[in-house]
Amino acid sequence: MDEKPERIVLTEEQKRSRRARSIAIALALGALVILFYVVTLVKGPAVLNRPL
Amino acid sequence: MSLVGEGSSFAGPARSAVSAARQEPSIASVGDYVALMKPRVMSLVVFTALVGLMIAPGHVHPVIGFTALLCIAVGAGAAGALNMWYDADIDAVMSRTADRPIPQGRVAPGEALAFGMTLSAFSVVVLGLLVNWLAAALLAFTVFFYVVVYTMWLKRATPQNIVIGGAAGAFPPMIGWAAATGGVSIEPCLLFFIIFFWTPPHFWALSLNRVDDYARARVPMLPVVAGAEETRWQILLYSVALVPIGAAPWLLGFADAIYGVTAVLGGVLMVAFAWRVRNERDGQGGERAAQQLFAFSILYLFVLFAVLLVEGVVGARWV
Repeated sequence: MDEKPERIVLTEEQKRSRRARSIAIALALGALVILFYVVTLVKGPAVLNRPL
Repeated sequence: MSLVGEGSSFAGPARSAVSAARQEPSIASVGDYVALMKPRVMSLVVFTALVGLMIAPGHVHPVIGFTALLCIAVGAGAAGALNMWYDADIDAVMSRTADRPIPQGRVAPGEALAFGMTLSAFSVVVLGLLVNWLAAALLAFTVFFYVVVYTMWLKRATPQNIVIGGAAGAFPPMIGWAAATGGVSIEPCLLFFIIFFWTPPHFWALSLNRVDDYARARVPMLPVVAGAEETRWQILLYSVALVPIGAAPWLLGFADAIYGVTAVLGGVLMVAFAWRVRNERDGQGGERAAQQLFAFSILYLFVLFAVLLVEGVVGARWV
């Protein structure tokens, strides 16, 4: 009744892989933020005022 | 850790031949996810889209142009990942594709599905928000066509699979043009048809040397269904048709004589290689002829579009 749930323990390889994937995702999201910022600067104040 | 459990229908058709969706944490590297996106196909897509973007009339801000190409690249990568998700069972039994991430068990099918869906959604939305919605709609349709129409339906159903499905690879220059102009006209449609008619001889030349692979995977490629002889004829017919189609931009006054000469010469060489494939049927000679046609077809398309790009940058008659 009081059994502890089995925990997942990552191996070193799994930890390394997860860290690399996390860094890649963070970089991609950061690049997306920068992209939106730069395009907003390029398009100027009328960034949302444009024909479809 | 897999995003999708083993019993989920989103594990896709890759059940028996491929290692089941993993319950243990993933060891997939960033390189495995990059491989899912078929980077060599992505590079060709980006190049043809770049040509469409650069030869379009008007001026595109470099940042907007870069954004368009980035979204097109990501969308193409997403389509590749979704293709690998669905075709994992086929990939596992074919020597050419057995070392892909999903058959090798490095990426779970559900992870590839989630990755592909996320990238395709983001690429379309970002392209629409930052460039224009026509280009985004064309990108969305291209991804849909490649994944649903070609991968899920045509590839396993008909020997005309890569003829019709090849349209997916023909859309990028149209998307690039739409990103630059907000519209579509006859010029990008010509580029579409060049790639559309180029695709069958290109892929059939590859498949001639891999008949056993496709037969083992039960993919109804033309050499498997109709035989090598019929395939060689079809390759020759499409190559002959490609000569005037490749030259169409020049014949219709949209490109200069340099392009015209390049297109005619390239098309004639393509026919010459196809003629060799037709005549050298058996043994190593036949294999080599097919390999050479495959290799030349890549060079042909690259040179054709490169000349268009140079003309577009220098200032040609695209209006």
